[in-house]
Amino acid sequence: MKMLSTTKPVLRRCAVLLGATACIVAQAADLTVSAAASLTNAFRELASVFEAQNAGTKVVFNFAASDALLAQIAKGAPADVLAAADRESMDRADAQKLLVPASRRNFVSNSLVLITPADSTLVLASLADLQKPEVKRFTLGTPSSVPAGRYAKGALDAAKLWPAVEPKAVYAQNVRQSLDYVARGEVEAGFVYVTDAAIQKDKVKVAFTVPTETPISYPVAAIAGSPNPDAARKFVDFLATPSAQRVLAKYGFGKP
Amino acid sequence: MDTSTWITLALTLKVATWATAINLVLGVAVGWLLARRNFFGRELLDAGLTLPFVLPPTVLGYYLLVVIGKRGWLGGWLYQSFGINLIFTWQGAVIAATIVSFPLVLKSARAAFEGVDPQLEKAARVLGLGEWALFFRVTLPMAWPGILAGTLLVFARSLGEFGATLMVAGSIPGRTQTLSVAVYEAVQAGQDSVANTLVVIISVTCIVVLLVAGRLAPFRVVR
Repeated sequence: MKMLSTTKPVLRRCAVLLGATACIVAQAADLTVSAAASLTNAFRELASVFEAQNAGTKVVFNFAASDALLAQIAKGAPADVLAAADRESMDRADAQKLLVPASRRNFVSNSLVLITPADSTLVLASLADLQKPEVKRFTLGTPSSVPAGRYAKGALDAAKLWPAVEPKAVYAQNVRQSLDYVARGEVEAGFVYVTDAAIQKDKVKVAFTVPTETPISYPVAAIAGSPNPDAARKFVDFLATPSAQRVLAKYGFGKP
Repeated sequence: MDTSTWITLALTLKVATWATAINLVLGVAVGWLLARRNFFGRELLDAGLTLPFVLPPTVLGYYLLVVIGKRGWLGGWLYQSFGINLIFTWQGAVIAATIVSFPLVLKSARAAFEGVDPQLEKAARVLGLGEWALFFRVTLPMAWPGILAGTLLVFARSLGEFGATLMVAGSIPGRTQTLSVAVYEAVQAGQDSVANTLVVIISVTCIVVLLVAGRLAPFRVVR
């Protein structure tokens, strides 16, 4: 009897797992949203708001750097919605005919900041200060796949500082990894969005807002060939509604 | 293939070679200890040292960040005392590759040492060999093929190490970006032609290593 009592919970857990798998297969109402890493916290909260308004629809997220999301979708990943962190990645999705025509729109804006660890004594007032010898390393997203890195490199290029500071660059796979490197004190400074810095307020502080070449706005679009075109469309529209914008504003995102 | 690919390949080989050299020494020492010495907690030590083989590399990477990071207990001390920083360096990549691949040489070395007939060692002792001479002239040569096969597996595994390496060494082209990380970056950025070149290089290199390992170690030796 002892044996039975110990195996039962395991069996029950297995059954739950099996059930969950069955749900994934059966429910066409699952909406897969591929979203930029910087949207992680805000979108998690938005999901519950959206699900409350659209009973029966479950939102599933896939967070990564925008270009990584694009690469996945281009290879046939079953995403319904793409929310990217810059125009360039969305333009490329558009060029590859991956988007539902006319579904694209900008839904929030953001700004790029240079951050340091919270206990750092370093004073950084401008991009040129990255040349200071006290800055041994700084982090930015890999420019070829991370929009935050592209914005940062663009700003450094415009200031004609890139060749001088490039040897100190440590590249991150997405903007949240940059945030983590700074929060752990492994680098002296890093480029992230102001919304990321707000997530780890106790570990990082903002040195200054980085002037970017182009304004930072986040485009969203429904993906062509999605099995849930209606729900995808609804989610895209939902992001512009006051209730969604309120949540996004709470996390520091600006109006589009 | 452009120069940056060659630099990445050279760096990958450098990291794998260092990890292999370190693991050869450690693997022989610990493998012999586990095979020939009976002490309290022997199997626990074996299990502990085999852990990197079963743990996800991301878990190891996280452990390493916590331990050798600038604010880790070991890394913090190294940094404060000697100004040594391991994160985002190729040495950090060596540490990651070494830890991840260590079980491969440990298992092979232990099995190889256990395969050496103790009667032969006894005979050598009777004939007057000291313990060190016995080890280097009898035990090690007899166990060598098995150890060598394990060492080559270490090399192959180190070439392909990804998760822990990415977390500890980051991805700095020319300095810490190894082939496997470069493949990941290329795919993320949608640069399939770059990825294609890199995966062919890795695959060919690993096949060569495996063929050589198979040559050097007939199964009867490895057991």
